[in-house]
Amino acid sequence: MGPYALVRLRRGGLEPGIPGQFFMLRPPGLLLPRPMSLCFAPPGELAFLVDPVGPGTRALAALEAGEEVDVFGPLGNGFDLEVGRPLLVGGGIGVAPFPYLSERLGSPPALLGFRTAAHAKAAALVPNAEVVLEPAYVTEALQPGFDVLACGPEPMLEVVRRLAPSAQLAWEAPMACGYGACYGCAVEIDGRLARLCVEGPVLGGHGRGQAQSVAGKVAAA
Amino acid sequence: MILNASGCLDALTAPDVARELDAFVTKTVTPLPREGNAPVRIAETDVGMLNSIGLANPGIDRFQAEVLPRLLEVGPPVWVSVGGFAAQEYAELCARLDETHAAVLELNLSCPNVAAPEDEATAIVTAARAATGKPLYAKLAPGLPDLPAVAVAAAAAGADGLSLVNTIRGLALDPATLQPRLGTGSGGLSGSALRPVALAAVHSAYRATGLPIVGMGGVETGAHALELIAAGASAVALGTVLFADPGAPARVRRELESEAARHGFEGPQAALGAAHATVARSANAGEKRPGRVGLKL
Repeated sequence: MGPYALVRLRRGGLEPGIPGQFFMLRPPGLLLPRPMSLCFAPPGELAFLVDPVGPGTRALAALEAGEEVDVFGPLGNGFDLEVGRPLLVGGGIGVAPFPYLSERLGSPPALLGFRTAAHAKAAALVPNAEVVLEPAYVTEALQPGFDVLACGPEPMLEVVRRLAPSAQLAWEAPMACGYGACYGCAVEIDGRLARLCVEGPVLGGHGRGQAQSVAGKVAAA
Repeated sequence: MILNASGCLDALTAPDVARELDAFVTKTVTPLPREGNAPVRIAETDVGMLNSIGLANPGIDRFQAEVLPRLLEVGPPVWVSVGGFAAQEYAELCARLDETHAAVLELNLSCPNVAAPEDEATAIVTAARAATGKPLYAKLAPGLPDLPAVAVAAAAAGADGLSLVNTIRGLALDPATLQPRLGTGSGGLSGSALRPVALAAVHSAYRATGLPIVGMGGVETGAHALELIAAGASAVALGTVLFADPGAPARVRRELESEAARHGFEGPQAALGAAHATVARSANAGEKRPGRVGLKL
């Protein structure tokens, strides 16, 4: 997937949850788990798209087949799937939850922005995707009249929110726990600091997913 | 006795985790609401993690009216951690909570992310003692120049027990930019680096006061918990380990039982103070050993 790694894990007893929900994956040898939204859920598996940019994501991307990793989830609130005319809008690694989301929504159109053609290889995971490469931005190609479901870097989400005020936006923040314990993922929501793991990561729109959590240890497939 | 460290679990978002504990300790409550510090609030290092949450809490009014009643419904006894900027604030918080079903009040004398009130330990515990009949635990910072002296002062002022230890100040820099990774610059270091620090604090405070101690700092396994008990902790609290392993309370409890048995103790509590026997024989043969006090609950 270009610079991204697709990490496929045996599902064990874990449910895939709702698109936009996330799992905490603990990289081998590191103290804290990392939040990763589910990329897709083939039978018996959970798959995550990882951008290997730091020690945690590099360790996850380097998992060997058969290696075990602690997984906890699904967590948080996913996308509201009751939408009439969905359009997926993603930037960079923000494409991660879209394959699963696209499947659940019946392959709606998608608008995906990437830094380079190499990064854009990940667009192959999303059907009906139009790819935009920098210096152009997805927000320039955004047409009115859609129910927008977006995931990507904060500046992109801010512009999407201006252009489509009812858009559902999946945000990101550093998290130590993912289940409301550490208060590390505080972000400003409606003018106040709140825990993104509990109130998000998908915000906006008119509905919320149901948060459920199950812990388990599963092996890399 | 296995508890959570204050600020390391929310029993309302994770009631199943809280129900595995013998008591749930709240995040520190202050007189007024606090939003906490601006992000970034956490950073992983190779020896533990740093946090600068900044005592985010709803304030005593909303805590007492809305949060505490729901926490009490979860099941385990609730210890309420309180913090303020003057002895009078602690006294007012304790007076308010004296009317509630809180089991224990823990005086946070040690948060490294606010102005340090360690020097006021005597004044704070004295004021709190006058305001409540509930058991009072003084939670101390590990970086005190003379921790046993502060522990003795807290005991003399009426503390029923000690919570040892809070985090110790640390700083992490982004290796690419050489700028602090936390929004506030430095923060509280927890995790494995804190374990020997906590052991030393528990060990010295147990000898100095004989008070019941909740030991905490870098506990990840039952073996770590048994070491704290041997140093003088009658209960053990889990902190950072809960972030990566919500199943830690049940796991550590299981491991603690088997570790205690492996060492020939009839249960974990029988190991209380065991680390002091060697010290007493080898270095302080004539010194009077402190009494052993059970944990009040």
